[in-house]
Amino acid sequence: MTAKKGNDSIVEVSKLSASYGGTLVLENVHFQVEPSLKIGILGPNGGGKTTLFRVLLGELAPLRGTVIVHGSCGYVPQTERSRLDYPVSALDVALMGTLTRIPWWRRPRRAERLQALDALGKVGMKELADEQFGELSGGQRQRVLIARALVQDAQLLLLDEPFSGLDSSSAKRLSLLLDQLAAEGRSILIATHDVEQARAWDLVLCLNRHQIAFGDPSKTLTRSVIQATYGGEIVAFSEGASEQAHLILPPHHHDTS
Amino acid sequence: MLAERYLNVIGDSQEAWRIIVDPWTGGIMQRALAEATLLSVVGGLLGCWIVLYEVSYSAESLSHALFPGLVIAVLVGFPLVLGAGIGVTVAALLIAIFSRSLGIGRDTAVAVVISAMFGAGIVLALSPRSPPGIQGLLFGDILGVSDLDLLLAAGLAAVTLLALRLLHRQLLVVGFDRMSARSVGGNPRLVDTALLVLVALATLIAIQGLGSLLIVAVLVGPAATARLFTRRIVPMMVVAVLVAFTASVSGLYLSYYVGTAGGASVAGCIVVLYLLVLVGNSIVRRLLKVRNLGGPVNFRSSETAQPPIQRRTL
Repeated sequence: MTAKKGNDSIVEVSKLSASYGGTLVLENVHFQVEPSLKIGILGPNGGGKTTLFRVLLGELAPLRGTVIVHGSCGYVPQTERSRLDYPVSALDVALMGTLTRIPWWRRPRRAERLQALDALGKVGMKELADEQFGELSGGQRQRVLIARALVQDAQLLLLDEPFSGLDSSSAKRLSLLLDQLAAEGRSILIATHDVEQARAWDLVLCLNRHQIAFGDPSKTLTRSVIQATYGGEIVAFSEGASEQAHLILPPHHHDTS
Repeated sequence: MLAERYLNVIGDSQEAWRIIVDPWTGGIMQRALAEATLLSVVGGLLGCWIVLYEVSYSAESLSHALFPGLVIAVLVGFPLVLGAGIGVTVAALLIAIFSRSLGIGRDTAVAVVISAMFGAGIVLALSPRSPPGIQGLLFGDILGVSDLDLLLAAGLAAVTLLALRLLHRQLLVVGFDRMSARSVGGNPRLVDTALLVLVALATLIAIQGLGSLLIVAVLVGPAATARLFTRRIVPMMVVAVLVAFTASVSGLYLSYYVGTAGGASVAGCIVVLYLLVLVGNSIVRRLLKVRNLGGPVNFRSSETAQPPIQRRTL
């Protein structure tokens, strides 16, 4: 688990545009990420969060611009809608992270199994290593997928709405785990709808088909930026004498673009 | 009296033994059993991926799309493998052309191309001028398998098994989550192509026994049965092969003693076995559920809470 040193960036995205053959779903995205950072990716449904992930994962080729990811990139998808009857254990899923490491036709050996068990231990899932993946809770499945990313020694982790559907204790546990991973030098991109939560992270990237803003949340997340990000979906009302206004976002559906 | 009963038992057991062994004394049934074994192993193993990738319908379409290629190969005297390869390529090209240029959508294009090709193959196969026996490609003729057919099928089966072994982890990773597959070293395109080629090979192995119409039974049935009560991929594969083999042997017995068509009997037994397991499985589950009532609270329920209310402060 090697930490990147100095200011070498982990991701460099410049002037990225992407589409699925028709209209552009992501335009002119430009940012770079140094090690040990947690970056919130904010945006409405169809705003391009998942599309950005697909490009970073190498699953979708950029239409224009360049994307450079130094090191391996791990993905922690939402698992609520995936096929939970897939016949694998938590350990099997963690072991999938060894595919990049060993030739793909070779079976994982003892060393790889121990490594996968270690990673499961790190995310607090070692005792449930032999459980069916699909029978774990949402939070537990997420941690198993994080273990898979650790086995693959991903320097960049992409998490898709990781906190939605978690109760407060699971959410707290996930937060601590993400802090720990960032401290090791990994950078973490977190797609989220929760503007409030994103304020606590190092950077935010606001997307609504194009890049609205990128930077330190305390300076970036102004009312106008949030409005530009979420468009007309936003509802604001002021709260008494406070200067602050509460914003309510409509209940979201998951971003499938 | 005791001795008499004892002799009766011996007589009965000898009779039972004769019923069991009798079918396998002739070369025809021996070759049929060998063919059934090959298609059980290939169908059971490959079927697991077909079921897990949810491409059962595509597998059936593909086995139909090959059909005219096979008929032409027989008519012209080419090897069947070549005919199958050409059949698959032509079908894939036609589907690509129809769905792109005519703008009728992929789904419709597949349906049009497959039924057109299958229809063309049947016209060729059933024309009065076609040599007798070509109809076997349609319904199979497991009792008419020659040594050469068996040798070819065994060779193809060996290739298929080797490919499945080498691609096992790739298949597992891509099937688990396609979107993240590439990031962990998976190759969805390789896996998709490999599955296409392997289904074509399995079709060649099984066509002699089951025919183009019934191949899908051995490619889907045993794996679907195994999936009902296994929770890991390797046990699922073992069970699928055992199910396919059991059904094949039962089908051959049925065919021998009742005189039903060999391939159809095997396919029928696969379906019957699936239904038996399905019913048995749901009964067992219901019983287990009743027993678990009032048991300890499942640890999993604690973490599945309602999503938080979307409330933001600015």
